[in-house]
Amino acid sequence: MSTLRETLWDPIAGFGVTFRTMFKKPVTEQYPKEKVPTAPRFHGRHQLNRWPDGLEKCVGCELCAWACPADAIYVEGASNTEDERYSPGERYGRVYQINYLRCILCGLCIEACPTRALTMTNEYELADDDRANLIYEKSDLLAPLLPGMVEPPHEMLISDDHHDYYRGKTLPIVEADS
Amino acid sequence: MTVTESGSTEAAPVELVTLTIDDVEVSVPQGTLVIRAAELMGVEIPRFCDHPLLEPVGACRQCLVEIPDAGNGRGMPKPQASCTLEVAPGMVVKTQVSSPVADKAQRGNLEFLLANHPLDCPVCDKGGECPLQNQAMSHGNGESRFIDQKRLFPKPIHVSEQVLLDRERCVLCQRCTRFSEEIAGDPFIALLERGAQQQIGIADGEPFHSYFSGNTIQICPVGALTSADYRFRSRPFDLVSVPSIAEHDACGAAIRVDHRRGKVMRRLAGDDPEVNEEWITDKDRFAFTWSSQDDRLRTPLVRDPDSGELVPTSWPGALAVAARGLAGKPAGVLTGGRLTLEDAYAYAKFARVALGTNDIDFRARALSTEETDFLASRVAGRRPDVTYAALEAASTVVLVGLEPEDEAGTIFLRLRKAIKRGVKVVAIASHRTRGAAKLNAELLQVVPGGEAQALAGLQLGEQDIVLAGERLGQVPGGLTALTGLAERTGARIAWVPRRAGDRGAVEAGCLPTLLPFGRPVEDAEARADVAAAWSVQQLPATPGRDTAGIVAALAAGDLQAVVVGGLELADLPDPAAAAGALDAAEFVVSLEVRRSDVTPYADVVLPVAPPVEKPGTFLTWEGRPRQFETVLDTGALPDVRVLAGIAEELGAPLGVRTIGQARAELEELGLWDGARPAPAAAPPARGAGPVGTVTLDTWSQLIDDGRLQDGTGEYRATARPARLKANAGTLAAAGVEPGAAATLSTPSGRAVFIADVADLPDGVVWVPARSEGVHVRALLAAGFGDRVTLGPADGGEGA
Repeated sequence: MSTLRETLWDPIAGFGVTFRTMFKKPVTEQYPKEKVPTAPRFHGRHQLNRWPDGLEKCVGCELCAWACPADAIYVEGASNTEDERYSPGERYGRVYQINYLRCILCGLCIEACPTRALTMTNEYELADDDRANLIYEKSDLLAPLLPGMVEPPHEMLISDDHHDYYRGKTLPIVEADS
Repeated sequence: MTVTESGSTEAAPVELVTLTIDDVEVSVPQGTLVIRAAELMGVEIPRFCDHPLLEPVGACRQCLVEIPDAGNGRGMPKPQASCTLEVAPGMVVKTQVSSPVADKAQRGNLEFLLANHPLDCPVCDKGGECPLQNQAMSHGNGESRFIDQKRLFPKPIHVSEQVLLDRERCVLCQRCTRFSEEIAGDPFIALLERGAQQQIGIADGEPFHSYFSGNTIQICPVGALTSADYRFRSRPFDLVSVPSIAEHDACGAAIRVDHRRGKVMRRLAGDDPEVNEEWITDKDRFAFTWSSQDDRLRTPLVRDPDSGELVPTSWPGALAVAARGLAGKPAGVLTGGRLTLEDAYAYAKFARVALGTNDIDFRARALSTEETDFLASRVAGRRPDVTYAALEAASTVVLVGLEPEDEAGTIFLRLRKAIKRGVKVVAIASHRTRGAAKLNAELLQVVPGGEAQALAGLQLGEQDIVLAGERLGQVPGGLTALTGLAERTGARIAWVPRRAGDRGAVEAGCLPTLLPFGRPVEDAEARADVAAAWSVQQLPATPGRDTAGIVAALAAGDLQAVVVGGLELADLPDPAAAAGALDAAEFVVSLEVRRSDVTPYADVVLPVAPPVEKPGTFLTWEGRPRQFETVLDTGALPDVRVLAGIAEELGAPLGVRTIGQARAELEELGLWDGARPAPAAAPPARGAGPVGTVTLDTWSQLIDDGRLQDGTGEYRATARPARLKANAGTLAAAGVEPGAAATLSTPSGRAVFIADVADLPDGVVWVPARSEGVHVRALLAAGFGDRVTLGPADGGEGA
């Protein structure tokens, strides 16, 4: 048996909540019309970074694939040659795929990366109506070329010694011809 | 790892020594090393240079232990390397488990080793299966105190086309140099320089061209040695490893196949103390791409009667066409020597049950009826008698018609091990080969064809073993002399074929005179035995034709159809005649993995699975079954399934459709315990071959351009140069300058080689049977023991 209070007062009190809320600022996000920035360390889509001269940082070591708890990453390494160089040193990642149908965006891969080649961006719009599109290839994951970067393959522009890349050497500053 | 003292069955009484390791009293055989004794009681002492199959050296200093009492009441003042220290009665050993001194010594040593070791792990092939990485984790300090620049060497150097050396990764354990010197006998690599610059290297212009070089890559405890083939290809964690058996020779070496995503990435030596210990040849290791070449057959093909082209067809369609073509025609079966036991059995049964003939032969090479008789009376259906272990226990091992380094690498390594135990090796050959020199072999020099006489003159004892290669079968009277020698002296004999499937084919009954496991066709009891097992009324009673007979009968029209397994026409005594015979045949069914030189003549081509894609069994030269399972499951059909399909269409079901059923039937049949045929008394004389000025000696070198070695660039580059060898007099008589090009010719054709002077008998030349682009048999229609004409090269053709 419900009490008199439950029968009469509670419905009115409920409308009170509705009434009060009418004067509050709405919290609804107007996604996708308005996009709200994520937290700065949000785990979003991955990115394969480049050295300042445009060479890839990825050496195809597969440690990311090894670390991945969801088995979402597939990597195949290959040798750089004199004519075709994609990264400093001997080895580069020839195939790099992340399957976002599997990825749980936990970030263990970027912890495993020994060259800081793999990091995560804040991009979170990872949805599609085609499963195949959600397997991101290397071309989809590579960071865009910034000014001064040259699309590989090309020779090492920072230094002839690949160790210098890891020591933080940057591109030699070339004075523009006046 | 392997403990190799398997020896033979008689166990010598071992004297035990009692010592204390980590406060536990243990008794181990005298002469055991402390590191091994600790292993036996479950304490793993870290090590790099120590390997149970190599002599102790104490090079890496990682296995230091504390010895408070050396067995004489006095302790050793400093930590000792346990890999060079033998146990002594009353010795007290404290490993890192119980001794802070040993632990500190090991940590310190590891820190030293890592001081100059580059941080290559992410790009190093060994990463993930690296003893240095593992032991740095288990026994090392977390952090290095070394802050200076590490020693750098220019990145990898090629010690051979296949083997790469990263010197900065090397910890100078010398496993590779010790292997090369002690096991393979190819000391091409050595320690160079001193101090911080000490490094492994080769002499200028002397690359590491050893047939066993791949083993150094596998035993390298760091990633210093890598193969060009596998470099940066994959990581251990994404490989699926399956044990298997090598398909390249009759040795049955255990291998491990690592594959990823339906593709074999690499092969490693398996560990089988009874057979190959932990070593395999480079052929077994690197030659695995042949089955994934572009000419791989994937669908059945049937020749369109109108256009004459082979067109893809469905399996039921192709099987029906094959059966229709074979029905009612007298047909023969040529199986080739690469089949597994089960598949060979299917061919043998198919010939008898579905085709009703004994016209079946596995020998795609020169052969003789003497060999057929020998196989029937001395090889088929016998339990292993001469084994690898027996080679070690023998007093003398005679090699005849066999060059083990090229043709049976595992036997070669066993003999290398045996000679250290005092076994004497005698080689009956035309010259002292590099392999024979490494076996310290006494040479009984003969002209090809003179082996029979040499065997007849041998004095041997019961402790001696004669290993006869397949070339002895081409020497008139050779195998008869061998049998005679065994009967006369009591020496044991073994037949060492060249191909992996040869011994299995003998046992399966792929011979015109033999049913499975040595049952003679002519023996009514044996036939009844097999007929009962096969649930058929009767089996054809007359012995069939051998390969030569089948080819001749096809050409003459006596046989109208033929079923051809995996063989190459170019291996047959006269390739052109064989091609002509297939052309003349009304109906040719070819069961092949890849398109071959039989394909153009085939009316139906049925794709079958290579060994990596099916289960099977190879029989070693000993007769030891070496069973293996599927590595890659591709759905490719084994020969037995395909033959069963044709047989069903023919209305004479085979009764076996799977490898498992074939195994079960073979098991049920068992060895023949009845009478064996006596070998024919008088061996037939050799047929008249081409006429020429010199006698040809030839065999296939380990690394050549055989079909099972296709698609292996770096590996093939390590082949020995193809040189013609003859003595100075022979060359001079033919007008050939040493070092210049020489021509071998027969009426069929000619082949050009660079001539080298070697210690051969007068009038004998040796050339490799196949070398890059020069296939002696195909060019000259001549082989071992034939007469050819030697002359200077006149044209511009190079070899």
